[in-house]
Amino acid sequence: MHEDPSPSDETSLGYPSELLAADQSYESVTETIASVVLTKPQPRVWFFGFAIAFSLLMVFLFAVSYLLLRGVGIWGINIPVAWGFAIVNFVWWIGIGHAGTFISAILLLLFQQWRTAINRFSEAMTLFAVACAGTFPLLHLGRPWVFFWILPYPDTMGVWPQFRSPLVWDVFAVSTYFTVSLLFWFLGLLPDLATMRDRAVNRPQRLFYGILALGWRGSAVHWQRHQSAYLLLAGLAAPLVLSVHSVVSFDFAVAIVPGWHSTIFPPYFVAGAIYSGFAMVLNIVIPVRKIYKLESVLPMRYLNNMANVMLATGIMVAYGYFIEAFMAWYSGDIYDRFMMFNRAFGPYGWVFGLLMLCNVIVPQALWSKRVRRNTASLFIVALFINVGMWLERFVIVITSLHRDFSPSAWSMYYPTIWDWATLMGSIGLFLSLLFLFIRLMPMISISEVRELVAEPWKRKARA
Amino acid sequence: MAQIFSPRANTFARIGIGGAVGLVIAFTWTWNTLYWSPYATWVGVPREQPVPFSHKHHVAGLGIDCRYCHTSAENSSFAGLPPTETCMTCHSQLWTNARLLAPVRESLATNIPIRWNRVNDLPDFVYFDHGIHIHKGIGCTTCHGPVDQMPLTWKANTLYMKWCIDCHRDPERFIRRRDQVFNAKWQAPSDQQEEGLKLLRDYHVNTTGQLTNCSICHR
Repeated sequence: MHEDPSPSDETSLGYPSELLAADQSYESVTETIASVVLTKPQPRVWFFGFAIAFSLLMVFLFAVSYLLLRGVGIWGINIPVAWGFAIVNFVWWIGIGHAGTFISAILLLLFQQWRTAINRFSEAMTLFAVACAGTFPLLHLGRPWVFFWILPYPDTMGVWPQFRSPLVWDVFAVSTYFTVSLLFWFLGLLPDLATMRDRAVNRPQRLFYGILALGWRGSAVHWQRHQSAYLLLAGLAAPLVLSVHSVVSFDFAVAIVPGWHSTIFPPYFVAGAIYSGFAMVLNIVIPVRKIYKLESVLPMRYLNNMANVMLATGIMVAYGYFIEAFMAWYSGDIYDRFMMFNRAFGPYGWVFGLLMLCNVIVPQALWSKRVRRNTASLFIVALFINVGMWLERFVIVITSLHRDFSPSAWSMYYPTIWDWATLMGSIGLFLSLLFLFIRLMPMISISEVRELVAEPWKRKARA
Repeated sequence: MAQIFSPRANTFARIGIGGAVGLVIAFTWTWNTLYWSPYATWVGVPREQPVPFSHKHHVAGLGIDCRYCHTSAENSSFAGLPPTETCMTCHSQLWTNARLLAPVRESLATNIPIRWNRVNDLPDFVYFDHGIHIHKGIGCTTCHGPVDQMPLTWKANTLYMKWCIDCHRDPERFIRRRDQVFNAKWQAPSDQQEEGLKLLRDYHVNTTGQLTNCSICHR
């Protein structure tokens, strides 16, 4: 532990020493957050944004309906590239869905108080991202309506899921993650839902929040149970941050395709997931903070901390890229060496170049405090990272598959309009849910921010 | 401020949660039960036919061999349904004026085959060869049930994949000597297990797991 001797507002490692402006009171915190939902008219930007998001959602609906009608042949997939955009998008979304639990559970267990302002938001984001992610493997099935065949149940076929396959582990990992994230999110919301109920200005609002609040009265017994349940769930959720994306990486690493068959995949995927998760949180929090004027509860220093996490995980991801290339060379295996060469200089070499730009070069700007503390530049860097992480999954899935062991089986993969429509549409699904969330729920934890007001010593961050 | 909810709301909430769980369980149970019931499988349900043909009469009563009518049972992928001419080998002499047999006579006269309703019909995505089962010692009654006791024919088994694969996993439980295949009265002997394993060897049935390979049936 390090006490900051200087009068400045941050410790020597760049962490904020005071997390909340000193003039905040219970009432000001509650009013700032709750009024967005209950009393203030929604800003024009909300309607505009929701209209765009909802239109994209309709594109998704259309693309998926046509897919169900015609089958996966409308996509660009072929043999050898049987895993196209669907798997790229799945891994991308599930990665984005990692920030929520990381922020909520791991940072909670590490007593990082700065998480309070963003945990609710990132948990919601996690849920919506996992919902988007979950659709892709199902759509990719070819016959999505029999998706339940992958679950162990007494079926009429007398077969059992292949438990040696990571694809089956995936089902359990992702559904567990979704369930725990949902419970965690809802449990955290409970006291705030009660606040919303009590501040509601009309009967429909009172009923809506009243039912969801499950009769919360804020008694000491309630709080005591709430806190132990919350910590227990955090303890349960923390390993999931590491396990879910590890299992996703097994989908690749367990296969023998050069470019997939690598032991570095689990840690490298987890780092990448947190990397993209934080980038997505920033991409959403920065505009929301501006539009709803939440600077008082979401100070710049929090964004700075997120930028630090991105920088750290970004370096881990870059190390992953380096080790992949190094191992390809060091193994002496001609297929691995060719894979790496083809990845960088083959027909998809330009994607690899873009990936390096987005994920390795641009994020180095975060070393500069000026970049970290400027919302515009931070937003742009985060955008680069989100694109970069999508490109990373494209590189892993498509360039590895399109040229593997046997040159006679090589082929190119060209995404069709339907591939793009599904990707864009899933972003519409994500944003639509997010806009509804902003409209209906307190997007920052009122009770936890009030806790910081009540217990000012907690505002002192640990360096 | 007045209370939003009355004390009864707690009960409603509990009923709602319990009901939701109960509904899921009830739905799953109903679906599963329906799926295994004759409503979906047609097991044990006598099928209407254009002519009420009785296997019981022809097999148990008259002792006609299966292959007299189902001529391709042994050597073809399809056991075969008899053409009208097969019926007429006897019925041009017997019961020539029976009202019951009018459709048969009409079929012969107009040269339009009788539209029998298939009782045992596998889905088209299954590759199935009837002949190999006969040759490897799987008897008629193993799959088709006591046909000699059926006044109107019914399906004796679900033909679900689970049913197929139960035998493909342990064929020694059902295999019999080739000369017993068409014996409708055959019962498994007390030493079926040893006998079955011996027959598997004698008839060169591959027991290395090939029988449960996906592509043995889904080609």
